[in-house]
Amino acid sequence: MAAKKFPVEAGHIMMFARAVGDPNPIYHDAEAAADTEPGKTIAPPTFYQASAQFDPDYFLRPKIGEPWFGSGKEPTGVPPTRTGGDGGTGLHAEQRFEYFRHVSPGETLTLKTRPGKSWERQGKRGGNLKFSENITEYYDESGELVVRATGVGVRTEKVVESD
Amino acid sequence: MALQASKVQVGDTYTQKLTDDLSRTQIVQYAGASGDYNPLHSDEIFTTKVAKYPTVFAHGMLTMGMTGRMVTDFVGDGRLTAYGVRFTRQVWPGDALTATAKVDAVREEEGESLVDLSVTTVNQDGDVVVMGKATARIDP
Repeated sequence: MAAKKFPVEAGHIMMFARAVGDPNPIYHDAEAAADTEPGKTIAPPTFYQASAQFDPDYFLRPKIGEPWFGSGKEPTGVPPTRTGGDGGTGLHAEQRFEYFRHVSPGETLTLKTRPGKSWERQGKRGGNLKFSENITEYYDESGELVVRATGVGVRTEKVVESD
Repeated sequence: MALQASKVQVGDTYTQKLTDDLSRTQIVQYAGASGDYNPLHSDEIFTTKVAKYPTVFAHGMLTMGMTGRMVTDFVGDGRLTAYGVRFTRQVWPGDALTATAKVDAVREEEGESLVDLSVTTVNQDGDVVVMGKATARIDP
């Protein structure tokens, strides 16, 4: 699942730019942004990933009233099924963005996601590495594709000792 | 100001220090802004006791975002047409990061000038933490 709609907001861009340590006024000062070539605030290059905020089911955000796998009374609130309990771990291996246009506050983007390629490779220590692409396309209100994001995840599996 | 094709040459580099001492608080800021609250990035107890890492570590996307500042400072606002990286090594609190873009090509496509860059960010030991490519529209 992913967010279906991503409203691009000035405050969100400001906080995101702060978090990545980018002091460029185009991300937080509308007056300064008016004097730049784009002529207005735009989203920083990796901001599109923050569409996770608008995914109601995003599994890396605690849900109200539900157990959370981070620590509270105990080091984890749920059995670690998603965090290595199955003998493997998932990692973000690669991320690519293609920009057809840079977006500004006030726009609402529509997201379409689909799986991309998947492949396997033998890891250095004998475990199998499973790679899979996930492609998210961001469309503006006129239906134009503005950004395509391709994430590559890798799952490592423990070496199975058999034979 | 955007880059100009007439003033940039293959092999040129641009380097920017991204941080001298990455704080856990900046990682928390990124969690809040991005919405990725994976406890591996902010929850020391979970990360050490359950996931068995030495401490929390940065989101790969934080390093990509910090590196993106170097790229946009180099090419100009709103000029990127592509930016992609591979995450090659974890980034830990306390790390110092330096990002470099190297000009791989200056070319024309459909009447536009484009620059292709190799992008690399290293930590204080010189180990590569992200590496990738970027392409931007530049002025003639």
